[in-house]
Amino acid sequence: MKREHSIQIKVLSASGYFEHGVNLRTMPDSGWLRMVGSMLDGSSLVEIRGLRFGYSGRMIFNEVDIDIQRGKVTAIMGPSGTGKTTLLRLIGGQEYPSSGTIRVDGANVPELSRNNLYQLRKRMGMLFQSGALLTDLNVFDNVAFPLREHTDLPEMMIRDLVLIKLQAVGLRGARDLMPSALSGGMARRVALARAIALDPMMMMYDEPFSGQDPISMGVLVKLIRELNDALGMTTIIVSHDVNETASIADYLYLLSEGKVVEHGTPERLRQSGSEWTRQFLEGLPDGPVPFHYPAPDFAEELLQVSASQ
Amino acid sequence: MITQLQHLGAWALKRFERLGRSHLFLFHVSAGLGELLTRPGLVIQQIFAIGVLSLPIILVAGLFVGMVLALQLYNTMVNFGAEQSLGPVVALSLVRELGPVVTALLFAGRAGSALAAEIGLMKATEQLSSMEMMAVDPMRRIIAPRLVGGALSLPLLAAMFSAIGVSGGFMVATGLLGVDSNAYWSQMQANVDLFDDIANGVIKSIVFGVVVTWIAVFEGYDAAPTSEGVARATTRTVVNGSLAVLGLDFILTALMFGDNG
Amino acid sequence: MRQSRAVEIWVGVFVALGFSALLMLAMKVSSITSYIDNKGYQISAAFENIGGLTVRAPVRIAGVRIGRVSDIRFDSDTFQAIVSMRIDAQYNHLPLDSSASILTDGLLGENYIGLEPGGDEESLKEGDRIEITQSALVLEKLIGQFLFSRSQGGASK
Repeated sequence: MKREHSIQIKVLSASGYFEHGVNLRTMPDSGWLRMVGSMLDGSSLVEIRGLRFGYSGRMIFNEVDIDIQRGKVTAIMGPSGTGKTTLLRLIGGQEYPSSGTIRVDGANVPELSRNNLYQLRKRMGMLFQSGALLTDLNVFDNVAFPLREHTDLPEMMIRDLVLIKLQAVGLRGARDLMPSALSGGMARRVALARAIALDPMMMMYDEPFSGQDPISMGVLVKLIRELNDALGMTTIIVSHDVNETASIADYLYLLSEGKVVEHGTPERLRQSGSEWTRQFLEGLPDGPVPFHYPAPDFAEELLQVSASQ
Repeated sequence: MITQLQHLGAWALKRFERLGRSHLFLFHVSAGLGELLTRPGLVIQQIFAIGVLSLPIILVAGLFVGMVLALQLYNTMVNFGAEQSLGPVVALSLVRELGPVVTALLFAGRAGSALAAEIGLMKATEQLSSMEMMAVDPMRRIIAPRLVGGALSLPLLAAMFSAIGVSGGFMVATGLLGVDSNAYWSQMQANVDLFDDIANGVIKSIVFGVVVTWIAVFEGYDAAPTSEGVARATTRTVVNGSLAVLGLDFILTALMFGDNG
Repeated sequence: MRQSRAVEIWVGVFVALGFSALLMLAMKVSSITSYIDNKGYQISAAFENIGGLTVRAPVRIAGVRIGRVSDIRFDSDTFQAIVSMRIDAQYNHLPLDSSASILTDGLLGENYIGLEPGGDEESLKEGDRIEITQSALVLEKLIGQFLFSRSQGGASK
């Protein structure tokens, strides 16, 4: 089953456009070309140096350096509230850092002009936590949306492309449903089909596994890995679901309190000596991150109240 | 005392911030207006959602306002033997004031709140954000067509309101009150001026259309991305939109008709 | 973007309704005709007092509206008001010695200019001035005159 699925994607992405005779100029460079490129070249696609970012006095990132290797699945993990989603928004140019550089394919995102930023975004796909499907369009039109916005392809061709993408996520049969009729997992898969509609060089996933039942979780885990390999993309996953993420990631970054705590392959991190890393990866309730929110001594506080009465 | 002053200062700062933001917002949207010429379909969609769907309430309201106006004014005017002037008085009230103003108020309630809620929800569910990541500018794709659609719809709705109001007044005046039907129209034509009255009414409704839609899309776009934020944005659209209409109406009336005495 | 046909039809109906409403306001509610055939001719008259006459007030002859007041000026040499009127082109046989007076439509109605035709063979043309005019009746003056003549009448008895 697994095998069959991944072969299907490869065939479609490698030869699909040529069979249809699409003008290469109108389509972003297709997946397999990049796959070849990424094999030849193991350099970083995203290079973050000295990133600082904060809202209203609170520092979210303080001197963060991150490298995302081409063709690899890199996961960025950390407790809730460490600004993982913000990191994706910074890479996508939706937020601006206080200082530092964020280079994506050589270009420093915060300094890009509006036009260049939009050009770059066409080559990035992002899967939002909620899926963020356009609620007034059905599944088909949602997936077709980026194609209709950015290309002048005839409707016939758009139809074929959309069906290819929907087939890849296994939802070709759901094309006429409205987003409100989809389950959370299906909505996320439709959003995934939409995100890869323009064949991006890079996919970013924001908490792709949160709130999913085990089956849709399994489907998503498989899809993310296979899309990455079949389309030769570079993948960034932001998550705090340790097991699922570690199972597909090639490289992990652990973030906490605005800093990179540790990074390395999943195997290496599991053997890490760091208390914090162990607490996080194994989900221990107490450790360097205390169970209690900072408070005065419990016994003392109880006595205080009875004394004041 | 000091804290009260601080609150006042913070409140004022917040007002100014919102005022500034709303104007910058309008500026950003205007940058995307040119692109709409190549995609009229987007505007047509919005004229449907904003204009056509507001049609029933506007037509019913216009009819009844015209009928009530004729009935009320007749009772007063008949005391002066001036019932022949019913036509022009009804027409002038509708064309100059009630048409643009009542239509704009209903529009803020019907279309404005819907717009604010729609955009607020798109924001709360990350649809706007995801659009940005798909390299589609929501200012151009979502906001600009709605602004244009609203600004085009309101003048047409106001004209329909006035026209059906004048007809409603005619039905009551001739059918119920026994005013001569020729007198109703001919007096009206003698006293209503195409430019001073009708064109000025249309100008008013164009201004209201832009302002109410602007407020609605801004409030939606600026809403906190939570269900509470969306609810607040809807309320604020209706309140601020209505107040803006009434305030602007006074200013515009003073400018247009002030020297007519 | 696929456009549903129903939406397009509805918007078409909406726009058509809107413009026909505007057209109705222009044609039926106001008198667009007075702007369309602006080919009439301009005459003027000087009055001692115009009372409440305003621009756009009707000009009537035998109760029929034949034109509108187009302009009101004050002549600082004669201390008179110069009222210009645009008369519709079809009424081009008004005798040259017609007289103009400022009348009121009912007791509380608006002021208008009433023309009284004279007997001249020649007609009024563009730029002519009506020589015989009668000012507006100002109510206060009228009452004053009435009281004055009453008291005079009482004294002579």
